[in-house]
Amino acid sequence: MTDSTAALLARPELALADDALVLSHRLGEWAGHAPVLEEEVALANIALDLLGQARALYGELGDEDELAYLREERQFRNCQLTEQPNGDFATTIVRQLFFSRWQELLYGQLTDRPLAVKAVKEVAYHRDHAEHWTLRLGDGTPESHERAQRAVDDLWRYTGELFQPLEGLTVEGHPVDWDTLRVSWDGYVADVLDRATLRVPESPRQSGWRAGAGRQGLHTESFGRMLAEMQHLHRSHPGARW
Amino acid sequence: MTTVLPEQGTDAEAQEFQRAFDTAVAADERIEPRDWMPDDYRATLVRQIAQHAHSEIIGMQPEANWITRAPSLRRKAILLAKVQDEAGHGLYLYSAAETLGVNREELLEKLHSGRQKYSSIFNYPTLTWADVGAIGWLVDGAAITNQVPLCRCSYGPYARAMVRVCKEESFHQRQGYELLLELSRGTEAQHAMAQDAVDRWWWPSLMMFGPPDDESAHSAQSMAWKIKRHSNDELRQRFVDICVPQAEALGLTLPDPDLRWDTESGHWEYGAIDWSEFKAVLRGHGPCNEQRLSQRRAAHESGAWVRAAASAYARKRQPTGARNATGPSPAAEQHVTAGSEGGRPDTDEGPRSREADPR
Repeated sequence: MTDSTAALLARPELALADDALVLSHRLGEWAGHAPVLEEEVALANIALDLLGQARALYGELGDEDELAYLREERQFRNCQLTEQPNGDFATTIVRQLFFSRWQELLYGQLTDRPLAVKAVKEVAYHRDHAEHWTLRLGDGTPESHERAQRAVDDLWRYTGELFQPLEGLTVEGHPVDWDTLRVSWDGYVADVLDRATLRVPESPRQSGWRAGAGRQGLHTESFGRMLAEMQHLHRSHPGARW
Repeated sequence: MTTVLPEQGTDAEAQEFQRAFDTAVAADERIEPRDWMPDDYRATLVRQIAQHAHSEIIGMQPEANWITRAPSLRRKAILLAKVQDEAGHGLYLYSAAETLGVNREELLEKLHSGRQKYSSIFNYPTLTWADVGAIGWLVDGAAITNQVPLCRCSYGPYARAMVRVCKEESFHQRQGYELLLELSRGTEAQHAMAQDAVDRWWWPSLMMFGPPDDESAHSAQSMAWKIKRHSNDELRQRFVDICVPQAEALGLTLPDPDLRWDTESGHWEYGAIDWSEFKAVLRGHGPCNEQRLSQRRAAHESGAWVRAAASAYARKRQPTGARNATGPSPAAEQHVTAGSEGGRPDTDEGPRSREADPR
């Protein structure tokens, strides 16, 4: 990467693309391990949508493979929520609920971008899928309830980062309305958790890193390992076409 | 979904049902779920369709093994879509099997306990990225050669599932071929990777057509019922004839020193297949048999609480009367898998390993 790297890394589209790529990768890890066949289809489907979004956004910025495979951990700008390991099915579902609702609200605002118009339909489906499973798990058996609550509690600390404004992200020349986004997100999540008989945690909504850590290229430990797996083959054959 | 069976009537009635069935098959008419059919025909179909479904599900594993390492985003998207399609094919096929009066849970249970088989090919490991291409080109290619005639199979639901499956498989096969072509024309290391993959997958792919005709115990009956349309050896020959020129176009060789064009027959003659390897893999002694089955079982077992949650949630939303009538446990797994009716007792007689490989 060249001199323009710094400028490129500051582009808000890159952060959105990294979110989509990284979460897509995590969902891809489920293939062959899902609890029912229908979920093999659903999780792969969501992974594919997100990968498509990532590719479209990378395409606006440069070469998609160079951006995905040749940046290092500190140059990725995805929020930490998306890189969290899959854990059990409840963790995956709650991560998806938190992220998809955020994406749905954000893309809903980005009305001047053709990608967002397409993606908002996809993410509404992702959110719907996660919402239904959150209800089933929260209000299912004692075990599923406990697992769902634990997932909510564990992931809560990564939700604050979602509402740190992405510098430079605008709608028809105006900045995105992050406050409205946060208020809508909070209301929605509180309602779904309530219907799922789950509690909204009172714990902090930020990890030990300062807010916006993922956006600054400061990630959690599992992320480096994820990138190592993702990039290994591409990096082993410099310049090759696939 | 319910199967209408004749009353236990007189011999004359039974003969009449048999005659109507034979006439329909002879006239190339489709047998549908509510039609009378011989018990053995039903059992054969249940076994074949279930094993076909199991192959789709187990077959996700060797390819999913490379999703997180795919070397470009385009290839990653193609591979994800393919694995998703395979899960979808599994769903169509389990649905087709359910029209015969079994349910998905009991079929899965048979897969997990090793009483029903899946295609032997998926017991081979995917060691490099090129294996993803070799599977697309050779394994999907062999599957298509096997399955296209099944689009005309006498049992309607199976034939219709195959039409959809074959369309998607053809697409996958093209993509696998294209992946190998890119590698073959790429760097020296990429070319070597492609050749190595073809060397490892060629013979196992030929084995996918099942044992030679003189050792295939159930072929004759399946052909008479028009479940099968061509013999194992016929299909295998057709596959070899298609692959040889394709390998040449790819710039790759096939690992068979005896491969030669026979002008007299107009076919490619190929070397002897190592049937002892095939038998060992079918008996469970291939490179990945244990791993494939244990991953499948682990996914199912670690998902049990999720299925239980979905059932419990659904039960809480049922009207009280229905809740009492259904009772807690039989509905438990059926909710998630939507509407299977386990009306008929098990018709499967366990694996018959001499049969053609199901996929």
